[in-house]
Amino acid sequence: MPELMQFLLSGITVGAVYALVALGFTIIYNASDVVNFAQGEFVMLGGMITVFAYQAGLPLPLAALIAIAATAAAGVAFNKLAIETARGAPVVSLIIITIGASIFIQGVAQVVFDKQLHRLPAFSGDEPLHVFGATILPQSLWVMGGALIVFVGLWVFFTRTLTGRAVLATSNNRLAAQLVGINTNFVMTLSFGLSAAIGALAGVLVTPITLTSYQIGISLALKGFAAAMLGGMGNPKGALVGGIALGLLEALTAGYLSSQYKDAVAFVVILAVLFAMPQGLFGRKAMERV
Amino acid sequence: MKLSAKQASLLVLAVLIVLSPFFFPSGYYFRVGSLLFVNGLAVVGIVILTGFAGQISLGHAGFVGIGAYACALAPAYLGLHPALSAVLGAVVSGATAYLVGRPILRLKGYYLAVASLGFGILVSMVLANEARWTGGPDGIKTPDLGLRGLLADMGLELTNPQFWYALSGLALLIGAWLALNLRDSPTGRALRALHGSEVAARTVGIDVAQAKLMAFVVSAVYASASGSLLALQNRFITPDVAGYMHSIELVTMAVLGGAGSVLGAIFGAGILTLLPQALTVFQNYEQIMLGLVMMLVMVFMRQGLLPSVLGLMRGRGE
Repeated sequence: MPELMQFLLSGITVGAVYALVALGFTIIYNASDVVNFAQGEFVMLGGMITVFAYQAGLPLPLAALIAIAATAAAGVAFNKLAIETARGAPVVSLIIITIGASIFIQGVAQVVFDKQLHRLPAFSGDEPLHVFGATILPQSLWVMGGALIVFVGLWVFFTRTLTGRAVLATSNNRLAAQLVGINTNFVMTLSFGLSAAIGALAGVLVTPITLTSYQIGISLALKGFAAAMLGGMGNPKGALVGGIALGLLEALTAGYLSSQYKDAVAFVVILAVLFAMPQGLFGRKAMERV
Repeated sequence: MKLSAKQASLLVLAVLIVLSPFFFPSGYYFRVGSLLFVNGLAVVGIVILTGFAGQISLGHAGFVGIGAYACALAPAYLGLHPALSAVLGAVVSGATAYLVGRPILRLKGYYLAVASLGFGILVSMVLANEARWTGGPDGIKTPDLGLRGLLADMGLELTNPQFWYALSGLALLIGAWLALNLRDSPTGRALRALHGSEVAARTVGIDVAQAKLMAFVVSAVYASASGSLLALQNRFITPDVAGYMHSIELVTMAVLGGAGSVLGAIFGAGILTLLPQALTVFQNYEQIMLGLVMMLVMVFMRQGLLPSVLGLMRGRGE
């Protein structure tokens, strides 16, 4: 069984990254009903800024911190400049705006940084650990642990703090939230900043394993989007389960069936889930009021 | 005689197609023009699906891919004439859209977007991975259509770019004419009604599922025809035409120009086809400009460029 164990470990590592991206989608979707196709670019920015700050001589933790803060600022700016001004626009327009943002950010990254592949040193060395006959890089543990901490932290934030509950209230019913005195604009700003920061953190954690370049964002956004859909859009628990499930499926497919079609199987499963359960695994049943 | 809006749109389009070549500084522009028309044809299909019926597809490049590869594979493996291959491609696309559309059109909004996206990605993956048949990521050659030789025999000598400019222009004109006719037909009215409210449309007796499926199939055939024209014109095709980015491009063209109007959407196709040509000077800044244009237009001109500008002019005229 060491083979299976190996696939499971790499699946969970990749799945943790998908889960973080899907979580970013979920947070923004809850606050604003926008699916942010630029989510993958936050991951790219997190990795790239860290790489360049580190190359400039800053210590790695400081570089990572700067990257996360800068990306969060970019997320907030995107919300203020584009999303808030376009409130009430139809779904198609919002999709185009966020895709436009994604292309724009890639363009900026190309000019400010470069078009090369970059890597970071692993946080705690490259010596693989042995688990049940399989090997795992210490960096994978960083990715899994990082994802776990983010999810637990957010759970506490949403259920135990006043601000977190304000975010939940806004996602349930924007108007009602406004009526009880919640500043929904602040909630949106917070959500974009938080979502961008989570994306950037995922980028920092995974760059030592997968490397980074200006164009990694698109495929991550698609996978993260698919993971969020799989779990049910707008549900953080769904993002976690969807992300891990997608990572595992990909790893098992690549291992036992065909590595060429590993990306395909993810989409086949999503189509199947959507056909059978149009709201995803954990989605709420939507009712249309006439 | 007063022209109806439909006749006026077609007339504007025809005049632009016929007169533009007189202002072309070089033969290269015939090539750019025919690319514009090929994109425009697929985008008219998006207008029917998104502009009329209000359904989103982020996977239409999949149908472009089917149309394109039909023109490469059917002549090679079935011995079909390229023109018949294009028809075969359209039939296969339509049938695929019918089968795929039934389940996925039950989904709404973002769910429909991700389902169609998945479909498009699957098509492009099959094209890229089944290298034995499709030549894989390196692409595959397509045969000569043979029509240009036929015209030359009849005494009409055209350069290759000129011939494709004329043929794609004609195809676009026919496509636009059909779409404009559809718009005002009972089916077109049904589509626009369900765009407004599905519940209301159902209440007045429209078979909503059937109407949506029809729009999906028709737009798939448009995309397929566009792919066939592209493959035959380039004499070469790669799986990129079926890729995610191409799907996004098509939707962007339609929405940017104005998805509710056929002429507007073709205008959008024009801008997105010409912009990269104009921006080659700036090279590194091309993506920045493209992203910026997409965001600015959508934030400040929600109806799309052409309808917004026309609305402004009309407002001033009164």
